[in-house]
Amino acid sequence: MALTLGHYLALGAMLFALAVIGIFLNRKNLIVLLMAIELMLLAVNMNFVAFSHYLGDMHGQVFVFFILTVAAAESAIGLAILVLLFRNKNSINVDELNSLKG
Amino acid sequence: MDVKTGFFYLFSLVLLFAALRVVTARNPVHAVLYLMLAFSQASALWLLLQAEFLAITLVLVYLGAVMVLFLFVVMMLDINLDTMREGFWKHFPLAATLGALVALEMAAVLMSGFRMSQPVQAALAVGQAPVQVSNSKALGILLYTEYLMPIQVAAAILLVAMIAAIALTLRERKDSKAINPSEQVRVRASDRMVVLKMDVTQPGQAPQPPDVAGDAVAKEAK
Amino acid sequence: MSQTLNASTLLAVPMAPLVGAILAGVFGTQFGGNWIGRRLTHSLTILGVLLAFILSAMTLKSVVMDGARFNESLYTWMVVGGLKMEVGFLIDGLTAMMMCVVTFVSLMVHIYTIGYMEEDEGYNRFFAYISLFTFSMLMLVMSNNMLQLFFGWEAVGLVSYLLIGFWFNKPSAIFANMKAFLVNRVGDFGFILGIGLIAAYSGTLDYAEVFAKGAELTALSLPGTSWMLVTVICICLFIGAMGKSAQFPLHVWLPDSMEGPTPISALIHAATMVTAGIFMVARMSPLFELSETALNFVMVIGAITALFMGFLGIIQNDIKRVVAYSTLSQLGYMTVALGASAYSVAVFHLMTHAFFKALLFLAAGSVIMGLHHNQDIRWMGGVRKYMPITWITSLLGSLALIGTPLFSGFYSKDSIIEAVHESHLAGAGFAHFAVLAGVFVTAFYSFRMYFLVFHGKERYDQNPDAHHDAHHDGHGHDAHKPHESPWVVTVPLILLAIPSVVIGFMTISPMLFGDLFKDAIIVDAVKHPVMQELKSAFHGPVAMALHALSTAPFWLALAGVVTAWYMYLINPAVPAAIGRALRPLVLILENKYFMDWINENILARGARALGNGLWKVGDRTVIDGFFVDGSWKLVGKVSAWSRKLQTGYLYHYALVMILGIFVLMTYFVWLNK
Repeated sequence: MALTLGHYLALGAMLFALAVIGIFLNRKNLIVLLMAIELMLLAVNMNFVAFSHYLGDMHGQVFVFFILTVAAAESAIGLAILVLLFRNKNSINVDELNSLKG
Repeated sequence: MDVKTGFFYLFSLVLLFAALRVVTARNPVHAVLYLMLAFSQASALWLLLQAEFLAITLVLVYLGAVMVLFLFVVMMLDINLDTMREGFWKHFPLAATLGALVALEMAAVLMSGFRMSQPVQAALAVGQAPVQVSNSKALGILLYTEYLMPIQVAAAILLVAMIAAIALTLRERKDSKAINPSEQVRVRASDRMVVLKMDVTQPGQAPQPPDVAGDAVAKEAK
Repeated sequence: MSQTLNASTLLAVPMAPLVGAILAGVFGTQFGGNWIGRRLTHSLTILGVLLAFILSAMTLKSVVMDGARFNESLYTWMVVGGLKMEVGFLIDGLTAMMMCVVTFVSLMVHIYTIGYMEEDEGYNRFFAYISLFTFSMLMLVMSNNMLQLFFGWEAVGLVSYLLIGFWFNKPSAIFANMKAFLVNRVGDFGFILGIGLIAAYSGTLDYAEVFAKGAELTALSLPGTSWMLVTVICICLFIGAMGKSAQFPLHVWLPDSMEGPTPISALIHAATMVTAGIFMVARMSPLFELSETALNFVMVIGAITALFMGFLGIIQNDIKRVVAYSTLSQLGYMTVALGASAYSVAVFHLMTHAFFKALLFLAAGSVIMGLHHNQDIRWMGGVRKYMPITWITSLLGSLALIGTPLFSGFYSKDSIIEAVHESHLAGAGFAHFAVLAGVFVTAFYSFRMYFLVFHGKERYDQNPDAHHDAHHDGHGHDAHKPHESPWVVTVPLILLAIPSVVIGFMTISPMLFGDLFKDAIIVDAVKHPVMQELKSAFHGPVAMALHALSTAPFWLALAGVVTAWYMYLINPAVPAAIGRALRPLVLILENKYFMDWINENILARGARALGNGLWKVGDRTVIDGFFVDGSWKLVGKVSAWSRKLQTGYLYHYALVMILGIFVLMTYFVWLNK
């Protein structure tokens, strides 16, 4: 059968769902959390590109461009924070990161 | 099933498998590698969607820079693998529920909304004559005209991110003799100097004649 | 107005005692460093009051002989939205008469005090106070507007408070002065309401302007009720008079006020302050004439006071209390006369009563001094041998009080009884009975006191509570025998006894039936023809005296005297026997009809309990606990609960985000089609 927009959107949805699962599974590893966030961004980008293709609108791809930029910046800073966290607490266990508790 | 569809299924299946392995891998290095795989599949999918520029960008930026960065960090941190995996599957029910929920939500949106069957001819910039241009050129036309300012902003964001990352993790060298000028200026006289009052001369003490050895022996004998 | 009086002269009348009071009060006491001694103090104050008296006498002469009048405002204090508050004088027959009475009695009391307070440390302070009182009372009677009247009213109340509590180290004195002030306050509340209503509905406080609006005020009624406005105003004003002139039930302060030194009992609580209420009602006669309900109210209250206070006088053992209850009873008589629209009769009785009551008080004081500060009449007796002047003057005063023909009291009292008899008001029947019965009672208790003190066996050495004062030493072996008081005490007694005897005879005609009060006291002759009827029955003072022999009051008084003579001189066992037989009645009388008990236990305690309750429950629990403390505690609780939402765990936050997205998506996709 021919590829429709729906295929790509379904793919994006499943990818996003997997990433969400990843966030909740990984209580002990902060790095995998960050990676799951990257996956989420990927899923969103997938949707954008698919829409851009099927609706004939370039603007979708331009937006992916920007998302890529921001995602890169965000992952850099996130990892920097992770490194600092590890330096101070010697652990990347998410369960132990509750000092901002109310 | 034509070639395109076949490729699509191939790439998407690998992508989903890789994504699953990212979140369930035991070893974080493996997780990073699987993420790399996922991105490469995604890049291929985008090629299918005739978004070449972005596909290549994905490879260059993500696989080339971001994933390498992840790998660096993973390898830099000394992580105890065993303790990390405890209680991993305990939270699976909740996670699975949420995941399923999200997926169903999106499916609902799909069902009610978008029905497009045929791929349109190569995506065009809005308001232009249907001229056949390559994807990069089309993207470039938009970026340099309509999205000029957002690009500058994006550049600023990247600059800030770079500075932030450096500033956060920079450690001072312990043997550095660099001076902080603002600290220098803030010094007060009382931090460096204490004024004491002392007498000009000591109260009268005639200087003693030097001890002769004989005297010392004589004293000892007594 | 044929002639106007000089404003400066009039101003000097209240100012002279005020200056004396200030000089004595500031420089004569510790406040100003004890600069001036006793002689200078009493000389200055007596000079002030003497000057006031002379000028008052001259004013009276001008008013009576030359028909001079004065009604001007001397100083505008402020104008508030059209309401003028001024200091002014209204001098007519009523004012001039009151001025003379006040200054004369005050002068007598000032002279008397030199002897009475000789051993007291607060000598200078006392003179300052009584001069201040004279000033306040003069401002009250000379005023031409309600505000100044109220100023004088409050000022005399204040000075009365200061003087009742003069010996401020005595707890009973402090209790008495607080009681006097507070009960007066209750009356003043009504008074203020009355003044407020007048100001609100006539827009002015000046007497002349208010009286001019009398006719239009009768048409109005109090908003929200069907009561006539004038009735409400008059009753409110009379409540003030009830407080000041000690009518039932606001009479409770007067017997306790005997805690103060005797001179002030004479000055304030017999002759002047308590008559302020009577004066006020007489001054307001144009308003009172417009409301029969108010007049009825006045008459009934007066009748109750006249009779029932007399009963209380029968069983008193303190010489001053007997005279105090006598004052209460006589004030009731004056009030009854006011109610019967016989204002001039009431004022006439006010004048004669001022003289003989002041005389009786000062004589009582003289007896107390002579018997070394013993006030209990059970331990007196036969004093006439030792204190002849006091004895004679007391006898004259008592005879005047009971209404012996030709004495001043006779003319005023019998006129009252006649007036009530002629009145057609609803309460007149009861009032007539009350005043008649009161004649017997008055005679009885007056002569009971007289006989027990001045006649009979000498019992002063049997006193179980006899004081052993320091001044005994100067008397040698006669230490316990009574002695006559010095001339500074006896001369005022004589000077007061003279008017007590003759003034009624001399002034009844011009006062009651002449022109003296013609523009001061306005009577509605059609509705209340009492004065007309009295006038038609009057044939001169001598004729009236002779006529009295055939009327009831004379024989009732005689019966009272004879009964007292029998029970206390001939057969002293009778009072005790009657007392035993009528034990419940005696109990009621001894407890003063339980009025004090009600006031202290129900009203005062109730008010304190209310205050306590409002404090503990209202203030602390509700306002502090619930609103003030409750608000911050609530905030604390809410924040403590919501604080728990911040777990610090990333995945909790992610969960909330996801759920939020879910909700939003549900809303926008499905619910917001």
